Amino acid sequence: MSAMMETGESKPAAADSKPILELRNVSKRFVKSLDAAAKIANLFGAGLKDEVVHAVDTVSMTVADGEVVGLVGESGCGKSTLGRVVAGVHPATSGDVLFRGRELSTQSSAEARDTALKVQMIFQDPMSSLNPRLRVEDIVGEAPRIHGLVDAKGLEDYVAEMLLRVGLDPTYAKRYPHQFSGGQRQRIGIARALAVNPEFLVCDESVAALDVSIQAQVLNLFMRLREEFNLTYLFISHDLGVVEHLSDRVVIMYLGRVVETARTEDIFSSPNHPYTQALLAEVPRLDTRKRKFVPVKGEIPSPLNPPPGCHFNPRCPHAHERCRVEQPTLREIAPGRWSACHLNDGA
Amino acid sequence: MANSDVPTLEVRNLQTHFFTRAGVVKAVDDVSFSVRPGEVLGLVGESGSGKTVTGFSILGLVDEPGRVVGGEILYKGENIANASDERMRRLRGNNIAMIFQDPMMTLNPVLRVDTQMIEAIQAHENVSRNEAWERSRAALEQVGIPAAEERLKSYPHQFSGGMRQRVAIAIALLNKPDLIVADEPTTALDVTIQGQILYEVQKLCEETGTAMIWITHDLSVVAGLADEICVMYAGRVVEHGTVNDVLDNPAHPYTLGLINSVPSRNRRGEPLAQIPGMTPSLLNLPKGCPFKTRCPRVGPDCEIEPAITHPVTARDVRCHYPVTAGEAAAPTSEVTA
Repeated sequence: MSAMMETGESKPAAADSKPILELRNVSKRFVKSLDAAAKIANLFGAGLKDEVVHAVDTVSMTVADGEVVGLVGESGCGKSTLGRVVAGVHPATSGDVLFRGRELSTQSSAEARDTALKVQMIFQDPMSSLNPRLRVEDIVGEAPRIHGLVDAKGLEDYVAEMLLRVGLDPTYAKRYPHQFSGGQRQRIGIARALAVNPEFLVCDESVAALDVSIQAQVLNLFMRLREEFNLTYLFISHDLGVVEHLSDRVVIMYLGRVVETARTEDIFSSPNHPYTQALLAEVPRLDTRKRKFVPVKGEIPSPLNPPPGCHFNPRCPHAHERCRVEQPTLREIAPGRWSACHLNDGA
Repeated sequence: MANSDVPTLEVRNLQTHFFTRAGVVKAVDDVSFSVRPGEVLGLVGESGSGKTVTGFSILGLVDEPGRVVGGEILYKGENIANASDERMRRLRGNNIAMIFQDPMMTLNPVLRVDTQMIEAIQAHENVSRNEAWERSRAALEQVGIPAAEERLKSYPHQFSGGMRQRVAIAIALLNKPDLIVADEPTTALDVTIQGQILYEVQKLCEETGTAMIWITHDLSVVAGLADEICVMYAGRVVEHGTVNDVLDNPAHPYTLGLINSVPSRNRRGEPLAQIPGMTPSLLNLPKGCPFKTRCPRVGPDCEIEPAITHPVTARDVRCHYPVTAGEAAAPTSEVTA
């Protein structure tokens, strides 16, 4: 346990080591094009436009080797989309995604396939991410067999080893996903990801659907695997308690933009951005009893039509004129601490 | 608090069983608790612990093959377990209301919100349409929906998730019920929206003296909201007491395990103490204490089902070997599932 703490502490800060993953001004837009009826309507001067959602809006960040970065935000903030861009599920609309210093889009097809294996994703709902008609041995064994990581003779032993790694009994290999409980299914999903020897795991709300006691089991598994295989995680979650427990560094997103990023201790002890402050104030904790809830007013605006200037300004208690017109840039306010708020510019 | 000597609701030894082809599922097995006006009772448990069926039993919403087979549900002294359909119809939505996890269980997707709210009022009271409309508008404003007059004309799909849940809560409040049963109403919502809903609910209980049963799996929400807490496991209440007592000095090993499973501030990065194994199937419970297969304190007495005891004052605990105050909780190592 203490060994774990030490390794956690001795991890170099992102800035002074070569990052395993780097995002430079990455944007992802989803466009709903006009249908035929709308195009005809436009001929008569209806003036309809394509609907564009800026799911991820010029995000830059780095993840150091062996680091656990927690990506936090509410629904619709673009955290899952960003995770999918990192995992290569969606290509970025603009900007560069660099894995070990190599730009993804310029890689040859063989290189790209290699990178795709190194970055694996673990999803929220294990039932919808596992094929219900495949046996566990095929779910876990398919990718390593196809990519030639193991031959047909060794496959059975290989699958058994993967199942042991995630704490499942290898005799379950012949079963189907529906024969398992939620926590066990999530372990199967993790075994599938580990089967191709990844270096980087994108965990998208991976424990959100589990009961508290099962969630603790899976979180412990994540921490043990990190130690054993020197994995790097991008841990996406809306649960701040879980993120605080697991992460070295936290990135907070709001409506497609990063609003604050800092080391976990710093962000939880002294949040800088008003959104982070509001978010942390709302977290229910075991040790706060019969508290007075003081809600943040308003709701997350639609990403189809975000407010101008700082996206948080309609809900921000400190908003002033500049916040309504000028978008604050993410800049370093202290070593390792970045925040996008005009208040940091002084009065 | 006025009338605090008569509980708004008292549940005594409630048993709700489901008679399935595979056998009898004892979803709720000997559950007792009470709530007084203005009080919030947190009913906590994991999936399959029987907390939702308890809520459904109170409102008489248990469907075939389920049945309340034993015990009493006393609403202001009147036993409403197995009350007539007519009696339940008059109580439900009027004196006792329910808020569901999914607001679309309350809302009809093809009717405008005003139609639904006016109907809920006129079903219980002989008032004019205009008066019912006015009360609906006031209820929407009470739960913090801006431009209530406009929003009354909307359909449920035109609201966001958080707003929809507010509409469902507003409908529950319409007839000023004495008791609200809330089944995981904020589980699907974002943290800031959850904060807003908890704020409204807290204000409501304080101002109107409504009693509330808050069903959830999330101990930290209950910590901030409730006065008393009931922890359920496999259809039984395993521990019951005030929030401070139960969370600070849990006596049942399951409660202790749950508390230690929640990531906490001062143990960052350390392995979480976890409860090994998983919730047993209610069709196939182990003999004796249903928690014994996962319990670190298991002993020979656990072959006999434990009865409720009071190892500490004002606490109900169902365990042969309760945890004593101050006993250090050793985190268990990771065990394979």
